[in-house]
Amino acid sequence: MKTRRELYLDYSASTPVDPRVMEVMMPYFSEIYGNSTSSHRQGRRGENAIEDARARVAHILNCQPSEVVFTSCGSESDNLAIRGAVWRARQRGEPTRLITSPVEHSAVINTVSQLGQLMDIETAIVPVDKYGMVDFDGFANACQGGAALASVIYANNEVGSINDLAELAAIARDHDMLFHTDAVQAGGQLTLDVEDLGVDMLSLSAHKFYGPKGVGALYLKDGIELPSILTGGGHEGGRRAGTHNTAFIVGMAKALELAYAEANERLSHFHRMRDKLIAGILSRVSGAELSGHPEQRLPSHASFVLPGIDANALLMHLDLNGIAASSGSACKTGNPEPADVLLALGYSPAEAKCGLRLSVGTRTTEADIDYALDVLVDAVAKLRGLKREFVT
Amino acid sequence: MSKRDSRVVVAMSGGVDSSVAAALLVREGYDVVGMMMRLWSDEAAGGAEHNRCCTPDQMLIARTVADKLGIPFYVLDTKDVFRDIVVQYFIDQHRAGYTPNPCLECNRHIRFDWLLRHALALDADYLATGHYARIAESPADGWLLKKGLDPGKDQSYVLSVMGQEQLSKTLFPVGEYPKAEVRRIAGELGLDLANRKDSQDLCFLGNSDYRDFLRLHAPDVMTKGPIVTKSGDVLGEHLGLSNYTIGQRKGLGISYNEPLYVLAMNPFRNALVVGTRAELGRDQLVAERFNWISGTTPAGAFRAEVKIRYRSQPQMALVQPLDDSRVRITFDQPQRDISPGQAAVAYRGDICLGGGVIAKFDEALDHLECKDQTAHFSA
Repeated sequence: MKTRRELYLDYSASTPVDPRVMEVMMPYFSEIYGNSTSSHRQGRRGENAIEDARARVAHILNCQPSEVVFTSCGSESDNLAIRGAVWRARQRGEPTRLITSPVEHSAVINTVSQLGQLMDIETAIVPVDKYGMVDFDGFANACQGGAALASVIYANNEVGSINDLAELAAIARDHDMLFHTDAVQAGGQLTLDVEDLGVDMLSLSAHKFYGPKGVGALYLKDGIELPSILTGGGHEGGRRAGTHNTAFIVGMAKALELAYAEANERLSHFHRMRDKLIAGILSRVSGAELSGHPEQRLPSHASFVLPGIDANALLMHLDLNGIAASSGSACKTGNPEPADVLLALGYSPAEAKCGLRLSVGTRTTEADIDYALDVLVDAVAKLRGLKREFVT
Repeated sequence: MSKRDSRVVVAMSGGVDSSVAAALLVREGYDVVGMMMRLWSDEAAGGAEHNRCCTPDQMLIARTVADKLGIPFYVLDTKDVFRDIVVQYFIDQHRAGYTPNPCLECNRHIRFDWLLRHALALDADYLATGHYARIAESPADGWLLKKGLDPGKDQSYVLSVMGQEQLSKTLFPVGEYPKAEVRRIAGELGLDLANRKDSQDLCFLGNSDYRDFLRLHAPDVMTKGPIVTKSGDVLGEHLGLSNYTIGQRKGLGISYNEPLYVLAMNPFRNALVVGTRAELGRDQLVAERFNWISGTTPAGAFRAEVKIRYRSQPQMALVQPLDDSRVRITFDQPQRDISPGQAAVAYRGDICLGGGVIAKFDEALDHLECKDQTAHFSA
């Protein structure tokens, strides 16, 4: 076989579960398995574990434990924030308008557009600059019309740019509207101090910071009553029905704690790996352009537009050489669409099919980056050669 | 170079033959990469679910097979080049009154050019497909394209566009196996053989046939017009030239004192030219864009067997190269269904010598005047 090496450079898509996280999760599968709502000893032990996890998460977020709602994933957190805000506005007879940006994760943008289409709710999409960062004036203008909720992504998943949430949240507050942020990519890398950020709601997902898939959380500021979108039992203070996934919730709290306890060394490692990657690609791949902001970007995140290179074909070349990477436009059905985020940044539809995202993690080494650069340079040359040869 | 160090990209469709081809290559020890071309997504007909090829279902089957075999699998976006070259050719040819075979164009420009180049760029040594044909190397004649071992499934007709360079980099694993063995391996792979439609129809057609496709994508070629005799007498009205094939007798909807057959399509007058059985048969054709698999045009005329349709029996004929791209073929017996646009493919026994596209044989019919002008374009 020509492929011998395996190199994962897609940590923005998901991360491996830290062994220390797995360890604390293990008892909750077959030893402490009671339903957290049961009054017997098994149930109480489950409930204690969940409340302990809630307090740990709250500590990182600098909020009250009661302000943390556990969910099944980041997408569910986003849905609860947006749909909940609309239901709440309905209940209170207030405007149901929604404000968001064109560079949101699909969990936000598709929820907003579905509500717009099916429930006739007015929506506003605010402008972003060439890095994908929300423009303050444009945001303030959109806020003039009032809204149930403004939702702006903390750090973008495709281009890595970081929004100035404190500034945006302050504008929203001045206009008496709730402010939510999807912090799924930011989790584990940027401050989640909700006091500093000034947000009313914030979505997290554990598998982005070396926790398990299938568990997330929503910070929901005290005093904001959101009708549940998943109705049923009274779990999570009536804000989210469904039996608690005790093991995963415990795992999420542990992963979040580790991420911030070890932030100094992790982030400086990410920075070093990422900068080596960016410098290598910009110097060795002609025409390559960094997408997103050069400095205000996630420490683990490098993204590029490689004009003329079909991202789908490039990912195949990388995969055959053992490298896992991603692109906003690629898909496994061979039917790539221009990446919406790149279009919103002003790239042409053709360029928006040429995005490449490489994201580093705790296990990435310098040798990995060297290998990835060599493979990438070779693959780009081959794909460009193909283009020249095929003249039919 | 051992097989373990030889990389083969195998074009997988989710069908039995290409799945078994992949399995055979894995069994032989090659470094195998599965690949599917996303050729077409007919938005006008409701998206990929309505294709016959590369549907989400077939992708899932191919991906599952690849998984079982432990090989990577990728889908390549081929839509633009396929639309521009193959689908456009299909429509243009119909528009010009031909009966095209787009599979040959696809093999010429897409599979054994575009895909082959992509495979080679992935450091592959070979491209493999699930075609029933064989490749052999002869010291005297170079690379030979031969019929598949199973005569009932031979597909060399649609591969007659290949050249030496392509044959040297291509593998047809199932062509070497009898059908029973292919079915046995398919069974091992868990492929449902009973419920599989034969994939002979054009891959980009939806659930409907090519007429519906043309109605949707080239409505102009499906316009009603006159049915005329060679002398220009109007006998009735046709439903659009592309509904008919040369030699067709049934379904013309006209009464005459003897059976009438479709002789030709006249796209300039949108007329369907019909005639008696005696007028139908002809023993000669000229094939254009003729590809000699050896790479060399033979010096003089020679006798060979010639197939004029994918599903027809080879017929003895004299094959006479006129220049480097045109060949005159004279059959021992008159043929009833020589259709301009189909391929004429020459064989010597098992060996496919090459093929070309049948030219229009009676240009005069294209300029036929109709006597009854009122019958024109009555739609």
